[in-house]
This record gives sequence, structure tokens and C-alpha cells, in this order.
Amino acid sequence: MTPQARIRNFSIIAHIDHGKSTLADRLLERTGAISEREMREQVLDSMDLERERGITIKAQTVRLHYTAADGQDYVLNLIDTPGHVDFSYEVSRSLAACEGALLLVDAAQGVQAQTLANAYLAIEGGLEIIPALNKIDLPAADPDRVAEEVASVIGGEPEEVLLLSAKTGEGVDELLERIVSDVPPPAGDPEAPLRALVFDSYYDAYRGVVCYIRVVDGVLAAGERVRFIATGDEQDADEIGFLTPKAVPAASLGPGEVGYLITGEKEIDKIKVGDTVTTARRGAVEPLPGYAEPKPMVYSGIFPTEGDDFEDLREALEKLSLNDASLVWEPETSKALGFGFRCGFLGLLHMEIVRERLEREYGLDLVATAPSVAYRVTTTDGQELEVRSPQDLPEPAKIAEIAEPYVRAMILTPAEYVGTIMELVQSRRGEMGSMNYVGTERVEMDYQLPLAEVVFDFFDQLKSRTRGYASLDYEPAGYRPSDLVKVDVLLNGQPVDAFSSIVHRDKAYEYGKRMVERLRELIPRQLFDVPIQAAIGGRIIARETVKARRKDVLAKCYGGDVTRKKKLLERQKEGKRRMKMVGSVEVPQEAFVEALRVDR
Amino acid sequence: MSTADPTTVRPDSPELADSAASAATAYVHVPFCARVCPYCDFAVVAGRDELMGRYTRALAAEVGMARDWRPLDALYFGGGTPSRFGSQRLAGVVEAIRRRFQLAPGAEVTLEANPEDWTPQLAAELVAAGFTRVSFGAQSFSTPVLLALGRRHLPPDVIAAVTAARTEGFASINLDLIFGTPGETIESWRETVEAAIALEVDHVSCYALTVEKGTPLSRAVARGAPAPDPDLQADQYELAAELLAAAGYVRYEVSNWARPGHACLYNLAVWAQGEYEAFGNGAHGFRHGARFRNIRRLDAYLQRVEEGELPRAGEEPVSGWDAELDRMFVGLRRAAGVADGPGVEAFLGSEEGRRLLELGVVEHARGRLRVTQPLLTDAVERAVLSLTPRGP
Repeated sequence: MTPQARIRNFSIIAHIDHGKSTLADRLLERTGAISEREMREQVLDSMDLERERGITIKAQTVRLHYTAADGQDYVLNLIDTPGHVDFSYEVSRSLAACEGALLLVDAAQGVQAQTLANAYLAIEGGLEIIPALNKIDLPAADPDRVAEEVASVIGGEPEEVLLLSAKTGEGVDELLERIVSDVPPPAGDPEAPLRALVFDSYYDAYRGVVCYIRVVDGVLAAGERVRFIATGDEQDADEIGFLTPKAVPAASLGPGEVGYLITGEKEIDKIKVGDTVTTARRGAVEPLPGYAEPKPMVYSGIFPTEGDDFEDLREALEKLSLNDASLVWEPETSKALGFGFRCGFLGLLHMEIVRERLEREYGLDLVATAPSVAYRVTTTDGQELEVRSPQDLPEPAKIAEIAEPYVRAMILTPAEYVGTIMELVQSRRGEMGSMNYVGTERVEMDYQLPLAEVVFDFFDQLKSRTRGYASLDYEPAGYRPSDLVKVDVLLNGQPVDAFSSIVHRDKAYEYGKRMVERLRELIPRQLFDVPIQAAIGGRIIARETVKARRKDVLAKCYGGDVTRKKKLLERQKEGKRRMKMVGSVEVPQEAFVEALRVDR
Repeated sequence: MSTADPTTVRPDSPELADSAASAATAYVHVPFCARVCPYCDFAVVAGRDELMGRYTRALAAEVGMARDWRPLDALYFGGGTPSRFGSQRLAGVVEAIRRRFQLAPGAEVTLEANPEDWTPQLAAELVAAGFTRVSFGAQSFSTPVLLALGRRHLPPDVIAAVTAARTEGFASINLDLIFGTPGETIESWRETVEAAIALEVDHVSCYALTVEKGTPLSRAVARGAPAPDPDLQADQYELAAELLAAAGYVRYEVSNWARPGHACLYNLAVWAQGEYEAFGNGAHGFRHGARFRNIRRLDAYLQRVEEGELPRAGEEPVSGWDAELDRMFVGLRRAAGVADGPGVEAFLGSEEGRRLLELGVVEHARGRLRVTQPLLTDAVERAVLSLTPRGP
């Protein structure tokens, strides 16, 4: 066990692409945690998708040995944090395991909204902040201006901001010294009952659930019986140890130490991020603060293109869930799309990542319905319902009130884009809160926005209107009653559940018109006229018609060649097989995918 | 053969349609053309006329290799352009067939002919050789349409050809017409149909211009030339149906109309799932319960026959359920439809079948299943091809 005075626990707060992973690699190299030969670029971002997108989805963690200028040996635990808005709960748990945080900002791009939000989280959590600018070797770097911004965010002096280049290694030695000198050592009670925070977990096919823990009080010994306070799950601590970054077993973990715990538990649900581990006998009663169930923000129906793949999809979701406790799902039946699952996600990126992983890693062909949020409906007979799918919305006559989730959105932008952003946010029913300068050139805009408006291509719009310069962060801000209606789309008089959407009344016509126009292009001519209508309740608000196919015959002289004609029809028949019957209308699979595509 | 009087019976009568199944017929393919039309995807050659002599001998040799059959009720020379083959060669092939099988008394012997080849003398020689029926590739009575189709005759040639055929004693005259050529208006098509009716021909076939893969037409369309418009073709088809019916022609297949007594027996036999011999390159036949096709490439065909072998490119026995589906598949193109059987029962029990019945695309009455909207026949046929046998 390392004495607490020699331990420093810290994480790095940085925006996507601001160089967090490169810096982490440099720290590993500089402290000899990993030899150059072993060095793969960006060791800590190990998932393929993370490498491709340059984002960290799951937090990783590593223990570094560092001999400081004072001649003493220190253990520095670097606790990585996910870098995206969807994963703020995970970020908060990672920060709770640290005493300090490095606020890393790109010296050219400046502070981003996400960084700001996480920096505030760290400050609120009482963490010591070490501000630093990265990429100072780049020609576009503007360290003076950005240092000013950083100082104004954390309330310090620009001179205190470290200058780094993770790429060249410049400033890394100084950073290591600052970690030792500025980050306070842990101050746990070694005699108190064990309390360790689970700040991350993943599923290993052989070992079951592996948790990353930070011991706060007491000591955890290998082999001890432990209990997870929130879930009540009791297991043996089969193996404990450190991450160097390879797993190295240890006999015990003392206060302030960071490591892993393997209990043999196979159900990821039983071990939740944020939970507190204690000993089964004479354990702690009070859990560490801050545990919360991950709450999905966005819902979408996911259906296999081929009905036969339903079981494969279930299996894939089960496997994904092993590593992602925040992914929730339940079976859903759509008349149009067949059997599938309604899935809840932490946000749009999370949704996209899950879909991509299902398709890429599990080889599934999927149709996803438009993302929806969870509405709260009070019925006329006083019931309260949570509606996650337009299908579940009661008839208009039975609804006393619908409320929709709002978010507090923080947008950080160069001052010149303030006008266009105000326009965008107003068109999305947003209400401005405050507007403040950060440094001299950038503005932090604070808005209240319906979440439903944010999930619908808001981020893309924001980026395109500001040439990529604005950044966005948001957090839940409660529910508000709204004038919401369900717009149904009817094919040949029959509502197609997959195309229904809950939208604000002012936008219903626009939505309905866009859907029927799209579908008119996508649905092939049938043997009869197919009316396509958008309706609110019984009232039609938009209509198009796919005219009947009039000629479907090879009116040709074909001699005695029966076989060839038959083959031609067989081929056409194969094409028909990829159609879904919606009532009596044949709808090609692609029509669902195309019509539900968000970004059109 | 049926005992019904073939001169008065309605072309769409169920009895005629069904009895044709027992006719013995044969098809002879003559691939030679002066020029290949841009829309054509049949087994044809242009500029190979020097092979006509060898081809005639090959046909005679192939006929000689055929298995015994009873006297033929109908014989059909298609192409290509059989009228370019010359009366002597045609007479020689008819003679070879007569020697091998004999022709039944009153047998129907058809040839396809291009109007520009036709002369009173040719007509007389063909009648003498035993031909009874001629099918002219008239295609249109509009000069711009004929030019667009790459044809080499003009409207007056058709009139002259029909007159000569009639004068020289052909018992039955057909005109093939093509509708839906890009640029052809509904009015121009009306004039074409009316001109055909005015000539008082016995039989009219109306075919929709179809873009076939690998043809110059399909390449032109791929490069952006206008393609036939299926809606306009539907209008044109319906107009033809209306005009022809008013003039006393009875539609007995999707594309074929005839006056009573003038239905083409060879066609009826094919559509009734009757057996037919086939000779020549690319020809398709159905004998001894198997569909067969000959080698399509002319040189390869000649070589194989000259080596004393049957020039087959493939053969596929048809039996059981497949034969039943084939019976429906080919038979449903007829106005008479098909008689009840296991396939019809399966169709009526199928979801798609019931849907088509509800939509009024087919009707089931008096023991027959019929397509009532001929323009949607392929929708019915696709449903037929999906059927599976019912019960154990």
C-alpha cells in the first residue's frame, strides 16, 4: 500500500481533439509505464470507434510511478474521462475519484462548451484545477488570448496557465511537477470501514464484470467478501490490482488508491457506476455521495431490416449492454417494421455509436425510427404516463396535458456568430437565459430549449452556421407543458406507426408535408392509387398520391421462349421480397430508412 | 384436335384455348435480316446472307433428327426475317418437315414477312409451297415512327403487301404493330390502328416497345434518349383495344386480336402448354415433357448440326407442380384464362391471389381463372410463380 501522501489522483478535462490522448501517451512514456516498443499511438483510446472518431467513450485509467524533483517516489493515478456531452454522468463519477484535474485547452481553438461544463463540474466537486494549453507548437496557436480565456473560466491568472505540446513533449516535465505540487493527496481514513467508489466498469468475456474503483476509506483485501451498497449485490473480491496500464494483481488497495476489482459477477446490471463498494461484514452504512441511475434522454426504435434477424439483434443488444449499462432497451412491435426494440440512449452521439456498433460489429442491417424524447402525459382521468414512443401517446381527447423535457444548453461561440445562433435557437423554440463574454472574443450563451429540438439536427445546424466554431453542451432542465400533437402518416388510409412523430403544433404542418412528399418519391406505384396523408387526430394536414401503376405486363412477342420470361418475372419477384406490406401497400425497405433519415 | 369449327369459333373461347393443347405444332427460326432493328434482342444476324444455303441444309438435317410425331397441325416460320430467305429455301424446309412428320389436312403454315420484301410473285410461290398465313411486320403507319424504329419500309408498302397476299390466296393475314415509340402521340397511334382496321386484316398484334438489355435502344436510353412512357403505352393499349373491339376483333391474348376463325393455332398451342418442335438457332421448343432451347449463335448452331448432333443449348424437364404453374403462367396471358386445377386452387387460397381478386385484376368464374386487366398480367404471373402446392 502506498501512503496517501505519495498518491496523486487526477484526470484530464479536454475537448475532443484537444490532445488529451496524446498527452496521456506522453505521460505513460515519460514515467516508463510503457516502453516505446510497446507504445501504440494513443494507448488509452482502445476501442476501434474511439480511434476512428477521436473520442473517448469509456473512461480508462492508469497508474504511473514518478520520481519527483524532491527525490520522492509518487504514484500518479490518471483517471481518464469521456469527452462527450452524452456521457456527463460518467465524467462526474470519474472526477469524483480525483483530487485534481488538468484542464487542457487547445492553444488555437480555445475553450469549448464541453470543456467549460466539465471544468465547472470539477470546480463544484472541489478539485484542484491545473490549467494548461496544448499544441503550443502549432502556427495557429494563440497562447496569450487562450490563456486569458482559461483564466477567466477558472478565476485565476493567465500566468498560471501551463504551456504544453503533447506532440513534442515540451512542458510535460513541468506538468508532472505541478501535479505533485498542486494536486492535494487523498485524505481517507484507513481505520474506517471500507468505502470505494466504482467509477467505471466493463465486461470481460472470461472474467465477468471488471470494475475500476477508487478506495476512499479503509482497505480492500483480495479475497474479501464485498457488497455493492446501491444494488445490495454481494461477491468475493476474487482479484484486485492496479492498472499499469496492464492489470497487475495486488494483495490490497488502501485509502486513496485506484485499481480494479473482479468479483466474478456476470451481470453488468448488478454493478453500477457510482455505486460504493464496502466489506460484507462490518461494512460502511453510508454510501459515497453522488450515485444516480443513468437516465436515457433520447429514444429510438431499432428494427432489423430482415425480420429473421430479430433474435440476432436481441443477442447483440445483450452483448453491448454488458459494456454499457446506460443503454436501455425493451421489445417493441411496429405494424410497419415488425419486431424490434425501443432503445434509450444518453444522447444522440450515444445513439449513433450504438447503432454503428450493432451494424458494424454484429453485421446487422437496421432501420431506426426518428429519435424521440420521453414526454410526460397527464390524462383526463388523472393518470401520469411517460411516453417514449409516439405509438404510446393516448388519443388527444384523453390528454389533459403533455410536458416535454427541456435542457439548459450552453453554447460557446466567437462573438460574430451570436446573431445566427440566436436565430437558430429561436426557430427551435429556445429561450435565452444569459450571455457572457469569455475572454475578449468569445461569448457563452445560455438557453432553455426543448430537448426534442436539440436531438433533431440542432448540433449539425449549429456547426454549419458557425463554420464549426461554436460548441454545445446541455444538461436536463426539467419538464414544461407544451402544445404538442402527434402527427400520423397514413398510407392508403392506414396509419404507419413508424412514421408517427410527436411535434409542436406550430411545426406539425411542416413535418407532415415533408414526410408525405418524401414518401411519394419513395413508394413505388402499386396496382391502385395510394393516398399518402399526414394527419393530426382525424384531421388531414397534408396529402400526396402515388398514382396507380397502369402497365405491368411484358406486351411483347416472345416466341416460344417461356423460360426467359419466367426468369425475368422471378427476378422481379425477388425484388418484391424486400418489400414490407403496410396494409395492402408494398413499401420497399429503403423507403423506411430514407424517410426516417434525420438530416435531410 | 378439337371438333369445333375453326372458322366461326371466337378466338377467346375457352374450348378453343384448351383444345389447342393437343395440337402438334413446330416453330422454325430464320435469323437473317437486312439490318438489325435497334430494339430487337432476338437471335438475328445481318450481313450473313451467304450462310442461307448452309442454314437451309442445317434446318433440313435438324428436322431429320427429330423424333417421330403425328402430322403437324401448325407450322410457324419466325425470325429474323423469313421473307428474305426466298421462296425456294422456305419451300425446301416445308418439304423437309412434311417428309418427316407430314402436315395435317388444313394445317396452318405461317411466315413472318417484312412488307418491303413482299411481291405478288413471292406470295404466289409461298402459297404454292403450302403457306396459308402471313404475319407482316408493319409496326406503324406513321413514317416518323417507322424511321425511329429503324424500319426499311413505308406505310404504302404495307398496303401493297396485304393486297398481294390476299390476291394470291393467303387465308389469314396478320399485322404486327408496335406502340409506345418515344415521340409517338396517341393520335398517331390511333391513325395506325385505324389504318390496320381499314385494311381488313384478319389478325392484329399490338406490342409495346420494350427496352431490352444489350440493344442499341437500351444503350441510347442509358445515354439519355427518351424511353417509352409506360403511362402513355397504357393509354395507347387501351385505345387499340377499344378500336379493335369496335371493328369486330376479339382479343384472345394480351397482345393479340383476331376475327372469329382467325386465331393463330400455333400461338394457341404454345399458350395452352401444348408441345411444339423447334428448329433453327435460338429456337425454343417443348417436347416429351421438356422445354429445350437451341444454340443461339448462328455459327455454333451450324457447326453442331453439321457434326450430326442436335444443336441443344439446354433442356429442362417440366413436371408435377412446375408443369401446373407453367400451365397457368403461359395460359393466363389468354383472354380465356385457365381452367381450374391445383394451381388455380392454390392461387385462390393465397394472400396475393385473394388481393388480386379483390382488386379486380383477376376473376374466377365458370371454372376458370382469368386476368381481366391485361395490362397488369405480370403482377398476376409473379403471384403465380410464388405459389406452393396446397395440402399434404
